[in-house]
Order: sequence, then structure tokens, then C-alpha cells
Amino acid sequence: MPTAEKTLDEILSLAAAHFKVPRERLSPDDDFFKALGIDSLQTLDLLTKLENHFHVELPDYELQGVSDFRTLAGKIQARL
Amino acid sequence: MSAVEVSGRGQAMSYTVREGVLELALYRSPCNEIGSVSLDELESFAAALQGLRSQLHAVIIHSEMKPGFCAGADLRELYRGSQAMEQADAARGVRAFLERIHRVLNAIDSSPLTTIAAVHGVTFGGGLELALACDLIIADKTARFAFPELRLGLIPGFGGIPRLKRDVGNAVVRDLLLTGRSFNSTKAQQIGLASQVVAEGEALRAARATAAQAGKFDRQTSAAAKQFIKPIPYDELNREIEIFCELFSRPAVQAGLKKFVESTDAQPYLP
Repeated sequence: MPTAEKTLDEILSLAAAHFKVPRERLSPDDDFFKALGIDSLQTLDLLTKLENHFHVELPDYELQGVSDFRTLAGKIQARL
Repeated sequence: MSAVEVSGRGQAMSYTVREGVLELALYRSPCNEIGSVSLDELESFAAALQGLRSQLHAVIIHSEMKPGFCAGADLRELYRGSQAMEQADAARGVRAFLERIHRVLNAIDSSPLTTIAAVHGVTFGGGLELALACDLIIADKTARFAFPELRLGLIPGFGGIPRLKRDVGNAVVRDLLLTGRSFNSTKAQQIGLASQVVAEGEALRAARATAAQAGKFDRQTSAAAKQFIKPIPYDELNREIEIFCELFSRPAVQAGLKKFVESTDAQPYLP
């Protein structure tokens, strides 16, 4: 099972690639809505990407109140 | 069968016939929300479906909008409409709308032709209900499915519960309804909702290949097989309309609609 840090790193890379944002501009504690310039619909798109990449299912209501990559990674890690 | 150039083009959708397949393309911005204009045009489509059926073997419904197949009912129009009239009139208007959309979806559901929904992205609420009226759902990897109606104090009103019950286990129906969550195409295929999952952007191509395959078989036999294996749950569909109309009059629904309409997020799809 990957470590939490590895999961976080993969999420940052996936998000950067998917939304065409330079990887070095993203930090774990960034608000991903602002850092990626996305809305709730695009967040669902990111969720799909992450679910397919990590082979997990993450109910979208678990994203309530989640806006930073580190917390998002924790949610994913809890399903690995 | 030679290609027949028949088409209809409206503000929200268009249909064309190519090689025995009636294709309905949805393109109302932002995500094919179903309001009065869409309903008018869906009724025209249903009439064309009936009129052309002897020349066709399949139907494909797909979206040209980037966000997805269909985000469901036009809640902004529903809210504005209900605010502009007396409660009794609003309730009558909602019932009339539901009865009309049910007639359209029942026509698609009961069509003797093989019907295919080629979906991507947001396939929520009424959008999922439109897909469920079809025989097959082909989803690309971006597709997400949800019945978010409980977030608004409602239940699906376009026939979603009886049709979903027909296709998947009751536990899945409870999960979707009672949590209002969305799930992806991988899960959709695992539970039997999606018959195929394809790469991003490939759903229409796969649907056309599937339609061509369906076209190889004797139409009368296909129609008989479909009628045998796909019951239309008319009693439950009518009961769903009654429950929806009872719930719609509650203050919680108006509050939920107001919150949705006033959201600062351009597309508040998260619960």
C-alpha cells in the first residue's frame, strides 16, 4: 500500500496534468478550487480521475468541506 | 437500407436519421437541463420516433455539451416558475410537466427499436432518468451518475426509481437515493447499469457500432424479445408522480431550490 505522502504526491501530479497547471505551482495545503481554477463540476471530474487511478470509490459527500489536497489525499488513503 | 435524410433541429436538441438509426443530439447549455423548451422538443422527438419507426432499427441519445449528458431538470426554471404563481397553480403546473415528460420517456422505454444512451460527464437526476428509459447505457470514463433529488427534498420525478429498480439491486437504489451521491462509470458497469465503458469521448462511436450490430437482427423478433424482457412499470411510474407532487408543496423543497438557484458556484454539483 502506498504511503500517505506518495498518495498526496500522485494526486498533485494528476491534478496538475489534468487541469494543465504546472506541478510546481501546487502545494499540499493549497485550496484546490483556487489553485486549479475549478468549480464543483470539475471537482467531480477530478474525483473520477482519482477514483480510476487509485481503484477506489470515494463518495462525493466525503468531499464536503474539503478544499485542500492534503485532506483529499487523506480521504483517498483511507480507502486504499 | 439506404440512408434517409430526415432531421429536426430545435434550440435544445436535434435529431437525424442515418442508416436506420435515429440519433438525438442534446445541446442546451450548460448541461442539457430539462425545462419547458427541452420538453417541447422531446415531445417532437417522440412523435418522430413513432412516425419513423418502421424505417429504423435503433435510437441513440447523446450530448454535445462538454459538462455531460444531462444534469437533470432545469431547477432554475422550476424555481422561478413556482415563485411566480400561487402554490396551487404551481403544483398543477409541476404535475402537468411530469405527466408530459413521463409520456416522452414511456415512449422511448416502450419503443420496439433498440435504444441506446451514449453518456459522458454529468448524468444526474432527469438525465439519468432519460438514460434509464433506454435499453442500453454506454458510458465513457468521465461519466458520473446520481440521483441528487433528496438534496432538494424531492425524489426523482421522471420515472427514475421504478426504472432503476428494474435494472439494479434494491440496495443500490437505496444507496443512490438516500445519500444522493454520484458514482463513476466503473461502478456503473459493476452494478450492471452501464453495459459498456469506453475511453473519454468514445461513447457515441461505441453506440453507433452497437446500433449497427442490433440492426443485423429481424426487427419483429428484436421487438418481441424486448417487450418480453423489459416490462414498463406503469403503476409505479404513476405512483412516483403522486409522491413527487406531494413532496413538492413542502417548504423544505422551496428552500432547497432557493439555495441551489442562489449558489455562487456556477454549477453546484457537489452535495
